[in-house]
Amino acid sequence: MIVTRALTKRYGTITAVRSVDLDVREGDRYGLLGPNGSGKTTLVRMLLALVYATSGEIDVMGRRMPRHAREVLPRIGALIEEPAAYPHLSGRANLALLDAAGPGGLTARRTRRQRVGEALEQVGLAGVDRRPVKAYSLGMRQRLGLAAALIRRPRLLVLDEPGNGLDPRGIRDLRELLAGLNEAGVTVFLSSHLLAEVEQLCTRVGVLDAGRLVLQDDLAALRAPTGLVGVDTPDADQVAALLDGQVERRDGPHLLVRHQDAAALNARLVGAGLRVSAIGPHQRTLEEIVLSVTGAGSDHIAGEASS
Amino acid sequence: MIGVELVKLLRRPRTWISLVLTCALPFVVAIFIMITHLAPPPGQGSAFLSAVLQNGELYPAAALALVLPVFLPVAVAVVAGDSIAGEAATGTLRYLLVRPVGRTRLLVAKLVSVIVYVLLVVLAVTVTAYATGVFLLGPSQAAAVGQPPGGGGSLPGAGTGLAGQAPTAGQAAGSAVTSLSGTPLSLWQLTERIAGAIAFISVSMLGVAAIALFLSTVTDSALGSALGALAALVASEVLVTLNAATVVQPYLPTRYWLAWIDFFRQPVFWRDIQRGFGIQAVYVVVFLAAAWANFSTKDITA
Repeated sequence: MIVTRALTKRYGTITAVRSVDLDVREGDRYGLLGPNGSGKTTLVRMLLALVYATSGEIDVMGRRMPRHAREVLPRIGALIEEPAAYPHLSGRANLALLDAAGPGGLTARRTRRQRVGEALEQVGLAGVDRRPVKAYSLGMRQRLGLAAALIRRPRLLVLDEPGNGLDPRGIRDLRELLAGLNEAGVTVFLSSHLLAEVEQLCTRVGVLDAGRLVLQDDLAALRAPTGLVGVDTPDADQVAALLDGQVERRDGPHLLVRHQDAAALNARLVGAGLRVSAIGPHQRTLEEIVLSVTGAGSDHIAGEASS
Repeated sequence: MIGVELVKLLRRPRTWISLVLTCALPFVVAIFIMITHLAPPPGQGSAFLSAVLQNGELYPAAALALVLPVFLPVAVAVVAGDSIAGEAATGTLRYLLVRPVGRTRLLVAKLVSVIVYVLLVVLAVTVTAYATGVFLLGPSQAAAVGQPPGGGGSLPGAGTGLAGQAPTAGQAAGSAVTSLSGTPLSLWQLTERIAGAIAFISVSMLGVAAIALFLSTVTDSALGSALGALAALVASEVLVTLNAATVVQPYLPTRYWLAWIDFFRQPVFWRDIQRGFGIQAVYVVVFLAAAWANFSTKDITA
């Protein structure tokens, strides 16, 4: 769906994106992660032909970008950083104007009212009144921005920080909406620094750090069992003594044990008369994975003037 | 896209507020003149104002002369300067471009909307001023507008004190007989000439719009591009009045701004009008080309 090869963007002497080989497959729910300033937004803007690459290639839906932007962009719905709308017009009028600005001619005009209504319904703004967008709350604006991405019934959604400004309920609504669209065949590509958001929604992740794509894999593969079992026990000392040599790490009542089968380990501990309050196969969290491959981020300025 | 831009222009409160304010200035001036019956003496003050007490039908010309130096260029610079930079500042530019709207198409649509705005303002000023003139100051009492025949001193444009009035035009007017100094203008002739003046002023404002539109593609600040265009005009005005800058004067954007007054001479004095059209055409072409070249290759980071 999206393939880039050695994609690079330089602003003067600063390299914002450095030789990125992105591979988003059809039907993916792809999460692009990375600290602030790692180049997520620049990368997203290059995919949408807003920013022109210094070198490298971009294919979206099999077509070279930005040369074929005119054919590709109508099938993409996008949310780029904050949503934006004309503040003195209502949400509905904004969507209608934005839709009318795009290609499509008469067919688009005939279905416009219906599509705008559907998009508002999808994002939970169906009952919105005629008040101007300047009176909207942050969450309503974010929902309106999502609706704007949906009015053309896109095959690919490119969302930059879609969860910004949404309350917990809004984030859950967003997750359900995106999952639903994805099941209906829409490929979802989103960038975020909210790990939990990505972890719960995405099937595939890429991690940007200082402009480089340092990791790209299926989430399931990344979170595959590590061959460790986590054990919580009030009898930590005895467990450690019993399993001597198998304990990887110990932190108070929490132990990490090298073992293939949590159930068998549990049986053995209980058989030895030791109490177990929690036990299960250990998985790395997305946070651990991301932190292990990324640096400090560009908004962290160390005291030693190291960059 | 052009339709969308026009809807945005017409549904924006600013459009109508600036329109009303621009029309209000000549109205206020007319009220003062009507109450006091004190028009500026011939040859002083704004062009045509000395004659309007005798002939209210001439008030559109006087009104255009009132709004031309400041009100009109400010309004045009604000609208044109806002066109791209304003979209960038509100963030809507990126959403338009990924809709997608071609960058050239967007620029053309913005230009058309600015042209419509210019025509709207100029026509509104003319129409309201005509109504004001006829109702407040009364229609022409005599075809010869009450001036003694051959009264060359009452030339409307001869001593307006406004920059850009060519000395040659003044001399030419002195030797020619203007409508105001004697030869009667029929209503049809007056209409024709006001139409000519509207066209000339609109094209002059298009020059301003082209500069502002170019700056609008350079910066993401609508205020910056509007003020930049106004700064260019002020600089041009300063140089126009500076004798030491004679060399560059024929090429300054405001040099022939007041040449439309020549439409009201009898016969029409074409030299400066033609040069005015010419120089504005050059400014429009150059700055629009620069705007296009810049905008179509620009990284949109706003």
